[in-house]
Amino acid sequence: MKLQPTSSQTVGPFFDIGLRRFCCADLLVPGLSGSRITIEGRVLDGNGLPVPDAVVEVWQANAHGKYAHPEDTQDKPLESAFKGYGRIATDDQGRFRITTIKPGPVPGPRGTNQAPHLEISVFMRGLLKRLVTRIYFPDDPRNGADPVLALVAPERRGTLIAKAAPGQPDRLAWDVVLQGAGETVFFDC
Amino acid sequence: MSGFDGILKICSPDCILARVAHNGRGTALSLITDVQGYRRPIPGTQPEYLHPAYVSSIKRAPTQPLVVIPHTLSEVTGPQFGKEDIAPEIFDLTRQHAGEPLGERMIVTGRVLDEDGRSIPHTVVEIWQANAAGRYLHKWDQHNAPLDPNFTGSGHTLTDAEGRYRFITIKPGCYPWRNHYNAWRPAHIHFSLFGPAFATRLVTQMYFPGDPLLASDPIFNGTPDEAARQRLIANFDWETTVPETALGFRFDIILRGREQTPMEGKA
Repeated sequence: MKLQPTSSQTVGPFFDIGLRRFCCADLLVPGLSGSRITIEGRVLDGNGLPVPDAVVEVWQANAHGKYAHPEDTQDKPLESAFKGYGRIATDDQGRFRITTIKPGPVPGPRGTNQAPHLEISVFMRGLLKRLVTRIYFPDDPRNGADPVLALVAPERRGTLIAKAAPGQPDRLAWDVVLQGAGETVFFDC
Repeated sequence: MSGFDGILKICSPDCILARVAHNGRGTALSLITDVQGYRRPIPGTQPEYLHPAYVSSIKRAPTQPLVVIPHTLSEVTGPQFGKEDIAPEIFDLTRQHAGEPLGERMIVTGRVLDEDGRSIPHTVVEIWQANAAGRYLHKWDQHNAPLDPNFTGSGHTLTDAEGRYRFITIKPGCYPWRNHYNAWRPAHIHFSLFGPAFATRLVTQMYFPGDPLLASDPIFNGTPDEAARQRLIANFDWETTVPETALGFRFDIILRGREQTPMEGKA
């Protein structure tokens, strides 16, 4: 039997009433290993205006580089209370904030390792399907060998790498720029 | 866990060897060479980002081409939820308040399957919708139609072992929006699904058969392929309809299926 996947449709402006249950801006759980980070940013449209009706979702491995998923068969510690999942609606100024830990590296294609990263989905009114992107970490030497970053034109890679606040390496900034100068790299995945 | 029963059966021989070797030795990161990815959509069966008839897409659709990436462990895994994450009674949107909501009571049910027809069990399905008057319980909905004190308009559930879900709700009303002159959205229910992986995440909308507003709706018509659009329309179903109680609608949802081998489709 061959079926075609159901077509995507926009999340619309009123998703807040439906997606509240699984909203989670703070992924931390008691006893979780890893260095704690916050990532703050804004979603900006083609006029540079904030998008107040976007929802950002996060999927990530734990600090050991292990995903809480049965297909991750790596022999690395699983921290069972950590789902690795977050969902954050932007506020009236298009802002979002994620509190989590920096994930460890995970395997990539053909024996490579991927640099620590968060998988990101962005949904909003006006988008008939989600945007997929990633957040990488500043000054991580593993970024240079990351097989996914290597697929991105060098001049655009910076849009995927969060920036640390001066003197505050745990406080990161990362914006979603939908169009124009500094347009975020989005993936077909 | 039963959502992953089929993995070994459909893996290539190399993939099975890698897993067996891994399990046998206990630690073998390098043996997890490649993962079995998910299929890419046939052109036209999914909407494009820029769909000028849907005016909001014009300043929000990316202008640079997407960067095609292979599926890695990051994309073939994804958030997993279980019974402990679900409020058990919340699939019934007609019993979330002291009284019953106004409107045509109905049952919306279906199966969540992958492209090969395999059921996707124990996956979260979230829905949200307008009330019978076409008004959302949301601060930004300014439509001059009454709110219903007995209707929130949201629910969620977990599919069963055969991938089935079931909601009890009322038929949502149509409502005006400002996309173009005299624009009205056809009646619809929003659906959100995770499926087994980051790659299978889907947000969509279910429509109703015979709705005259479908022909002029830029969101519904954002999907170029006619057959793909028609699959967004639920089927009225006598077998689901409960005498003296509620109309029944069936809406099956298909999530992406796996590549046949780990290396297939790595463009």
